[in-house]
Amino acid sequence: MAERRVVITGLGMLSPLGNDVESSWQGIKSGRSGIGLIDRFDASEYNTRIGGAVRDLDISAYLSAKDARKMDAFIHYGLIAAQQAVEDARLDASDDLDVDRVGVAIGSGIGGLEFIEKNVLALNENGPRKVSPFFVPASVINMISGNVAIKHGYQGPNIAITTACTTGTHNIGYAARTIAYGDADVMLAGGAEMATTRTGVAAFSAARALSTRNDEPEKASRPWDKDRDGFVLSDGAGVLVLEELEHARRRGATIYGEVIGFGMSDDAYHITAPSGTGAQKAMRNAMRDAGLAPEEVDYINAHGTSTQLGDVAEVDAVKAVFGDHAHKLAMSSTKSMTGHLLGAAGAVEAIFSTLAVREGVLPPTINLENPGEGCDLDFVANQSREADVKVALSNSFGFGGTNGTLIFRRFED
Amino acid sequence: MSTVEERVKKIVCEQLGVKESEVQSTSSFVEDLGADSLDTVELVMALEEEFETEIPDEEAEKLASVQDAIDYIVAHT
Repeated sequence: MAERRVVITGLGMLSPLGNDVESSWQGIKSGRSGIGLIDRFDASEYNTRIGGAVRDLDISAYLSAKDARKMDAFIHYGLIAAQQAVEDARLDASDDLDVDRVGVAIGSGIGGLEFIEKNVLALNENGPRKVSPFFVPASVINMISGNVAIKHGYQGPNIAITTACTTGTHNIGYAARTIAYGDADVMLAGGAEMATTRTGVAAFSAARALSTRNDEPEKASRPWDKDRDGFVLSDGAGVLVLEELEHARRRGATIYGEVIGFGMSDDAYHITAPSGTGAQKAMRNAMRDAGLAPEEVDYINAHGTSTQLGDVAEVDAVKAVFGDHAHKLAMSSTKSMTGHLLGAAGAVEAIFSTLAVREGVLPPTINLENPGEGCDLDFVANQSREADVKVALSNSFGFGGTNGTLIFRRFED
Repeated sequence: MSTVEERVKKIVCEQLGVKESEVQSTSSFVEDLGADSLDTVELVMALEEEFETEIPDEEAEKLASVQDAIDYIVAHT
């Protein structure tokens, strides 16, 4: 990314593993599953009754009841993760922060599904006068970015890219480019999702995408295992503070790592099934952007959702891109613990990748008991381990065949 | 049974996120209680629900204060 270097100076997260970065990362390092029975609605008639929820969140610690009522839960999650990231970066504490140079790029895959459901029911039962005046601003996808700007006063670029399960990755990549290009000095970037609603679970279930391992929720997300049977739908949010290096240095910010590459592509193949070759192109484009040789990548945080087709397609794509080095690097799926956060997945996985290079820890793939056919890489099975991780690559692939790859490097002057 | 005034004030507190002590009969929703145009629409919807009535839009637009709402409810329910 050309001349202006982009570093990470703040992190925020809500996930099925915990309501902040620290507890979520501890969960990852200890190989804990965050998956349980769905209790947000009565799922007794559903084929899939498991999911990954944000639990025991005290929204009133972040938002007034009046403001909270005007937002769908996905906005709550995004806004809270953003506030955590801002506080972690001590961004608002900088007296001379130029708010015109601070922007926001936080998306969502689906948006305010629960709010939409509620209002459609009210419309059906009692007519158009019962639709909330807050229906649109509570549901549309750019309202995390909008509300973050309003709350913190950031008047730079404000955008929300939505690309299904690649949303988080694309927002971070776009935000890094915005800083590198010179349009902003600081960007809050990431994604949020709360789609484990009545229609959300019914819809992914109808598409036969979800695991039905209802009697063992903690073992349901099992990327590359031969008994994998679909992904686990999860909720949460991840937000990173990205900052131009000299800006970060001047204010003495803690630097977690550096964003050195971003690549995109599309399969141009099928609405939901992967082609495999599109993933290769995203990874190659990111490595070209970073100026890296394949041998320099130590760790891949895979898209790895625990589906039959997708898991093998990603392994094959990695083998095609990395050749022999595919068998030397480590690749794991943190979705084995968090489940699949859709539009937030790329964001929480960017955070885990950043912490992997910062701490020299490889996150595990849990529930990997018997690798499936064609799944023969080092998946860091079941236990995290220490390693000299300098460069981590994070993949996200979404419906529509959209692919995104980010590359992070341990920060060195 | 609460009076109309008590019930209106309770809904105003809930909808606008203000304390009971802040709500006077003379309070203007917008100027005194911090409501914006969307808040007032939702407030009217909540009043309709509480008092099982329908407030036409042209009447709803005239309800600027707590007393306006109380008067309307008393006259129409």
